[in-house]
Amino acid sequence: MTAIADLFRQPGPKLVPFLTAGYPHKSSTVELVLAAEAGGAAMVELGMPFSDPLADGPVIQRSSQAAIANGVNLPWIFSAVRELRARTAIPIVLMGYINPILKMGPNRFLQEAAEAGVNGLIIPDLPPEEDRKFYDDAKEAGLSAIHMVTPVSAPERITYLGQQAGDLLYAVSHLGVTGTGPDGETALVRYLQKIRQATATPFMVGFGIKTTSDIARLAPHADGLVVGSALLERISAAPDPAAEAERYIRSLVAAMGAGIHE
Amino acid sequence: MSSKNNAPYRYPDERGRFGPYGGKYVPESLLPALAELELAYSAARDDVTFMAELEALSRDYAGRPTPLYHAGNLSRATGAAVYLKREDLAHTGAHKINNALGQALLARRMGKGRIIAETGAGQHGVATASVAAKLGLECVVYMGEEDMARQRLNVFRMELLGAAVKPVSSGTRTLKDATSEAIRDWVATVETTHYLIGSVVGPHPYPMLVRDFQAVIGQEARRQFQDQVGGLPDMLLACVGGGSNAIGLFTPFMDDDLRMTGVEAAGLGLETDQHAATLTAGSPGVLHGSSSYLLQTVDGQVSLPHSISAGLDYPGVGPEHSLLKDLGRVTYLSVTDAQALDAFKWLTELEGIIPALESAHALAALQGGLLNLSPGESVIVCLSGRGDKDVQAVADLRGEPKL
Repeated sequence: MTAIADLFRQPGPKLVPFLTAGYPHKSSTVELVLAAEAGGAAMVELGMPFSDPLADGPVIQRSSQAAIANGVNLPWIFSAVRELRARTAIPIVLMGYINPILKMGPNRFLQEAAEAGVNGLIIPDLPPEEDRKFYDDAKEAGLSAIHMVTPVSAPERITYLGQQAGDLLYAVSHLGVTGTGPDGETALVRYLQKIRQATATPFMVGFGIKTTSDIARLAPHADGLVVGSALLERISAAPDPAAEAERYIRSLVAAMGAGIHE
Repeated sequence: MSSKNNAPYRYPDERGRFGPYGGKYVPESLLPALAELELAYSAARDDVTFMAELEALSRDYAGRPTPLYHAGNLSRATGAAVYLKREDLAHTGAHKINNALGQALLARRMGKGRIIAETGAGQHGVATASVAAKLGLECVVYMGEEDMARQRLNVFRMELLGAAVKPVSSGTRTLKDATSEAIRDWVATVETTHYLIGSVVGPHPYPMLVRDFQAVIGQEARRQFQDQVGGLPDMLLACVGGGSNAIGLFTPFMDDDLRMTGVEAAGLGLETDQHAATLTAGSPGVLHGSSSYLLQTVDGQVSLPHSISAGLDYPGVGPEHSLLKDLGRVTYLSVTDAQALDAFKWLTELEGIIPALESAHALAALQGGLLNLSPGESVIVCLSGRGDKDVQAVADLRGEPKL
């Protein structure tokens, strides 16, 4: 069983912070992941920066541009994951766009990601039918392929994506890019319930989750909660990014528990 | 290469692929809208009422057919028989109106009351804003801040037409970033909004749809050449940014025995990194929803292109052009900013026609003798747009005071 399947078999929602790799500095990434774990994160998403991130709002666009300017590329991200693996077993998912992966060569990318200790992949601009071989090879290499479902996905599409993913789905909270929304609470909860009915595959929800009250009201309806733009905004303004990340994540994890026990 | 003895050229396949290129590399939230668009287009194509309305508007509103003009002075200057397909005479000043009309009618058919578009030179933005005004659709145009500065006239035209022009300040602040921003808008508004892409780029079905709406250029040119001269020309020539005017001219001749040439923007020169010659100097990749040639770094980041022409200043190119290059069916060349400026002056002075800087790239290949045309051979050049919008930029380059 993969680490991600194993993690999401355990009951209760998990907090999953998103960090752009190499942001704000190359030296930040390892300590930020360790701080996130210390704050109670169950898994970490590392963003592979791309020049034209179509599914991302301004915060992740800016952090991606800064990371690229810092010299971040895929080989560097693998080296950061290898360094992390000497110090933590927390599941790590790489999230990013397909072009840099194609440029490196999909086989080499998958092999080096698996060898470095990456556990899963989220590629927003690669729907499963666009490149079945890539996702088959990813699974073959032991990486969980995490597909996205959206509020406009029909139930049968959600079922299909759940089958294709197997270990975990990523539910986009609303139509839009990262860092915005979500809209009306009732509609969102109904949508999360629709996913639960359409698939047995666990899912985490993300896009626009910012506050402890967002966390508290969504925690009962999802297996994981992703916080990205709000976290990046905090650490970019903080004198000690790692300490700020740990403190913020700890507050979110506490809110998650409060939401469940209400 | 002639495809006469081969199987007829039929692309894309049912997955939206032009050989290895094309496809739908988009966030999951856009897949239902692409499927809806594909269905709506397929039904509209077989609907005589829809096609009759498009044809009537093309004729009475857009001014089609545009003339095929035997350019006598250019012919004498080059030794070839030069014919200009006068898309510069179409309403709003460029071929962009052909596609804007077709897609806006489709949007109305799908019940979408809001249209968004990206624009580089502003020609597609003006065409979209015009059609939106006519059909009573809300219109938002994304335009890079850099392009807004060099195409102020078109920004003002769009505003007069009732469109909201949204400045894009990310990345290079040009067409690439305007396209990304339009796609982000669409991800958020997909249920009520149609994204009216201006070139043969983007996810399937756009490259096919835009090609089909632009194929009227080649259909008319073919008929007009047969009427005026008889037979077929020896060569077709067009500029290529995303590549919609070139595909529009080439498509109806795809199974014929003639040469086709596309001309890209070499900017300050291919030996510099300041160019937009995607097919000449790029490599396959994925940008804005489809696989195609791309200008990119060793790490797969999209490079910053450069061209004097805002409409060619794009690091990608249509997937179909990528296939046509690999097949050898079309020859792709590139000319520099300086060569395009010379050709701009050349056409203006010889024929009394001020071309768009985009179209001047195609003319530069003719002027520079880059085409291996034998004396007396005939060539149809797509004069994709008129140059009024570029007059200020050319005056600036010559150091003239503000007009």
